Amino acid sequence: MTDIHVEVDGTPVAGLAGQSIAALLLASGRTSWRRTREGRPRGVFCGIGACFDCVVTVNGLRDVRACLRRAVDGDRVELQEDDRA
Amino acid sequence: MPDVLVVGGGPAGMTAALAARRHGAERVVLLEADDDVGGQYWRHPPAGRADPDEGEWHHHWQRFVSLRAALLRDPGCEVVTNAHVWSVDRRDGMPPLVHALVGEPDGQDRAQRTFDPAALVLATGAHERTLPFPGWDLPGVFTAGAAQALAKGERVAVGRRVLVAGSGPFLLPVVAGLIRVGAQVVGVVEASGPARLAKGWGAKPWRLAGVGVGGKAVELAGYLRVLAAHRVPCRTGAAVVAAHGVDRVQAVTVARLNPDWSPVAGSGRRIEVDAVCVGHGFVPRAELAIAAGCALDGHGAVEVDDRQRTSVPGVLTAGELTGIGGVDLALAEGLVAGAVAAGGEPAPAALRRRAVFREFATRLAAAHATGPGWRSWLDDTTVVCRCEDVTAGALRRAAGSTRSRGLRSLKLTTRAGLGLCQGRTCGRTVEDLLTGVLDPGRTANRPIAVPLRLGELADHGRTGNREDVP
Repeated sequence: MTDIHVEVDGTPVAGLAGQSIAALLLASGRTSWRRTREGRPRGVFCGIGACFDCVVTVNGLRDVRACLRRAVDGDRVELQEDDRA
Repeated sequence: MPDVLVVGGGPAGMTAALAARRHGAERVVLLEADDDVGGQYWRHPPAGRADPDEGEWHHHWQRFVSLRAALLRDPGCEVVTNAHVWSVDRRDGMPPLVHALVGEPDGQDRAQRTFDPAALVLATGAHERTLPFPGWDLPGVFTAGAAQALAKGERVAVGRRVLVAGSGPFLLPVVAGLIRVGAQVVGVVEASGPARLAKGWGAKPWRLAGVGVGGKAVELAGYLRVLAAHRVPCRTGAAVVAAHGVDRVQAVTVARLNPDWSPVAGSGRRIEVDAVCVGHGFVPRAELAIAAGCALDGHGAVEVDDRQRTSVPGVLTAGELTGIGGVDLALAEGLVAGAVAAGGEPAPAALRRRAVFREFATRLAAAHATGPGWRSWLDDTTVVCRCEDVTAGALRRAAGSTRSRGLRSLKLTTRAGLGLCQGRTCGRTVEDLLTGVLDPGRTANRPIAVPLRLGELADHGRTGNREDVP
């Protein structure tokens, strides 16, 4: 079991190697990390990649499902605001 | 050219791949989207965090261990993990070409592979259905499956004080999983009432006395012991009809239900929780089957004959895609589908088990079928489409004012189902809410089955990567 560190919106957050980004965010005390265009908060809902509620930006790539992507040491995770403007 | 291509590495796909090899397929390729086989049922932490006591988390764990070992040591079987099948190309009289991207989920620059199988077995499983209620889009409201996935695969509890609600026996292992990761489960609430449960499960019990169903009773007794030991109150004929909180769930309202699942007026009781896990059965993941041209039944499951053959020559399916029946049915169907895909005759024992567990699936559906009264849980402001914030009121108004009867036109008018999940979460709900208004249609018709990056799509068009096509 290896400890890893990822950056979440620039802040270092500790996690475990192999953890999904969703599990890492939940374990760090976050329950939501995105807002819909109406401003409603969203985090994990289905946990298996079906609902797309948990998408984040990982290393600059938008719309990555946090429940499917495994965290890697040094990942830069940015919380994603839906901006349709 | 693989003799047999299997899509999906859960219980059904694993047994299908091995059965195909045993029945003479020279080459089998098994595509799995996750980075290990096992599916949602045998979901487990990654290799680097393996738990020596993993078996205590699962039923049939040793079966999984031996299935996986057999797959990995078989030189005639290639297991491709992180393989995301995004499209199939129909061909006349034969199975479709199958296009996969291999690499990180939602990644970019993934490797493209195209398969030209002699026979295709789809074992893509199901995802959970959650009926909407006011507040169901608050963070802290999870599907029951999410709680189970996070417990089994990550050892994370979704909350400290958790209520589990919905319909079906799947709620019980979810409770057990939550307790294992340290959550306090304040209750489990089943929507079907005692009369429906008795009628659905109880009729002609001798027909269930065949092979293996006894194991289900043992499993059930085990869960009930866990509930008793942890003093988890269990209610039937009730449902979570609202979640309350600001930016996250702080409490839920549980109401008694009439037999049609409409709430009994004045029966609501508020319970403080920091998480609630809700599931009302499962929806087959039918995108690839629909794209391949397979006929569906009235419930959105793929129609198969007693040999697991679909309406498309050379395309077979196994597991939850053919209807929700649980792991034993999936294992049996996989054995049958794999054998037939390889041109063999399935073992009589597999056919018998398939028949017995189909009976179990019929009872499951009868005992836990969604009652139409759930629609009255919604008020006009309740979000139905979580991606696009489309409310029940907006859907009803659009259907009424445009007199639209077409699913597609309704989607374009309201944006329901046009967001990131493409209607995976709300599709069945939209279909049900507008029953009688809407022409029949299925929201699961998604020719691009999983999202891919535009750059990847452009590359696919440019290279037409057809390594496996002779």
